Amino acid sequence: MNFASKIFLVSILALFLGACATDTRDEPAEPDTPRQPTVDPRPVDVDRVDPANFADSRNLDNPDSTLSQREIYFEFDSAVVRPEYLRIVGAHAAYLRANASARMLLEGHADERGSREYNLGLGERRGNSVLDLMLAEGANSGQIEVVSYGEERPVCRQSSDNCWERNRRVEIVYTAR
Amino acid sequence: MYSNVKSILNLFTTASLLALLLAGSARAQLQIEIVDGVEGALPIAVVPFDFGGAEMGPETPIHEVIAADLQRSGLFDPLSVADMIDRPSRPPEVSLGTWRLLKVDYVAMGRWIPGSDGLSGEIEYHLVAVHSGRTLFSRAIAAGPGAFRLRAHQIADAIYQELTGAPGAFASRIAYVKVSDVGTDAEQFELIVADSDGYGPQTIVRHSEPIMSPTWGPEGRRLAYVSFATGRSNVIIQDIFSGQRDIVADGRGINGAPAFSPDGELLAMSLSRSGNSEIWVRTLATGRMEQLTEHYAIDTEPAWSRDGRQIFFTSDRAGRPQIYSVRRNGTGIARVTFEGDYNSRVSVDPYTGMLAMVHGGQANFRIAVFDRESNRLRVLSPGRMDESPSFAPNGRMVLYAAREGEQGVLAAVSVDGRFRQRLVLSDGDVREPAWSPLIQ
Repeated sequence: MNFASKIFLVSILALFLGACATDTRDEPAEPDTPRQPTVDPRPVDVDRVDPANFADSRNLDNPDSTLSQREIYFEFDSAVVRPEYLRIVGAHAAYLRANASARMLLEGHADERGSREYNLGLGERRGNSVLDLMLAEGANSGQIEVVSYGEERPVCRQSSDNCWERNRRVEIVYTAR
Repeated sequence: MYSNVKSILNLFTTASLLALLLAGSARAQLQIEIVDGVEGALPIAVVPFDFGGAEMGPETPIHEVIAADLQRSGLFDPLSVADMIDRPSRPPEVSLGTWRLLKVDYVAMGRWIPGSDGLSGEIEYHLVAVHSGRTLFSRAIAAGPGAFRLRAHQIADAIYQELTGAPGAFASRIAYVKVSDVGTDAEQFELIVADSDGYGPQTIVRHSEPIMSPTWGPEGRRLAYVSFATGRSNVIIQDIFSGQRDIVADGRGINGAPAFSPDGELLAMSLSRSGNSEIWVRTLATGRMEQLTEHYAIDTEPAWSRDGRQIFFTSDRAGRPQIYSVRRNGTGIARVTFEGDYNSRVSVDPYTGMLAMVHGGQANFRIAVFDRESNRLRVLSPGRMDESPSFAPNGRMVLYAAREGEQGVLAAVSVDGRFRQRLVLSDGDVREPAWSPLIQ
């Protein structure tokens, strides 16, 4: 089994476990039938990864790990990284520190409001905010490139607050792990 | 020398119009509908032009193109051909009493005079005022196959100028970005050039990555635009006739917001190679680059004043985006707009120097015009997501982009706000219109 299919298996497994966990949490307890401990029938032939190990590239695809989170969202016309996203930025900065050959693109995006070229500037400013934090956390500037798409690549296309929130983002894209 | 260049240009224009005629019929074109009309539009009759029974008349009759142009301006109310009792082609044939009964104030007419080769020739055209019986003008213009539509637009411009005192803008083109299969893997961005009436759309460049910010050179044959074809923003200048493309900015970061100087020799842009977006000017002949602004704010969307001595631009150096001006040499930065939370993307009226811009707040962005002399800002469009204003070459209309649901449409509004029209494409999303200078 090659490395890629191992990663694939780990992520499928993790997704499966994750799904089970959320499903059971919401279900009411059923006192009549004593719950059987669920046993995964598949052999676990992959080492379990510590999701808090931000040096391990397998965590990039591990939904339990902060490293699998690649989106940072912003307020309207703002490039300030909100405190709740510092954890994500910190994890990726740690990954870059530990993996000198890793390279990332920070794709800055804006919502549709206002003019397109100004939004191109705003997307870059958001990318630069994340870049500055990554550098402060010890990443090497040669590992990171910022590219702004302004409002040209929305993930959501309605003119609504909810949609705009999802479009005001920086996406972390690894070009080399 | 100059007239040589001009005649070559004319040759190109004719050839390309021919190509547009050939390519046009199969492609989806913009349908223009009038939203708000003007009371008191001038009643005019544009009589079918006399082609002497020759079957070589143009595909779309000349009088139809002229009448549609005049109607779209909002200032004229053309009489339907079915209501015309006779069909003069020269002023002596006009029976004034008949036209007075039809309540028509002006009669435009003309005829085709073939040349020796039977193909090229002249269109002779006239304008008669019905009340006074005076002939306002009698002129002739050379025309050949493929040039009839352009000539019709130029005749409409002549009528417009004679009766309103301002030059027309019908003999011009529009460029816009069309996005098809929006949001799918097959998404395509196209930069399209069409006649000012939406006729004959032709794709100038097509890509799966975004295309932005098209803008015309003052001669009407170069377009500058932003392409993401490499995955990063680049500024490209493309000749719409020869197809020649030159990358003029591909540095680190943003390469965007191109604007030709009025003499066509310089290109202002917003570039972030120095760390964040600043206004730069490139001398096109030599490639020399000059940085005009130096500020941690976003400085973008440069637009030249008519005399080329100043550049207006958008900056959020005071917190929110507002319009500023800077002298060509980078000195004398001054804030221009103070009214409202958000003013950006200036277009300069080539005729009066008035500024059109995106004006808005949290969730409502509209097109406004700002007169620097009276310091008055007037909102022209209904919103909510209006952007990319572009003045007509005669300064009478502003073309802009609007959204209807999830679809992008184009709209045009008169600078007095009284008259508005929509330009809708049946398929796909249209945005970022740019109105060309007049075609000579």
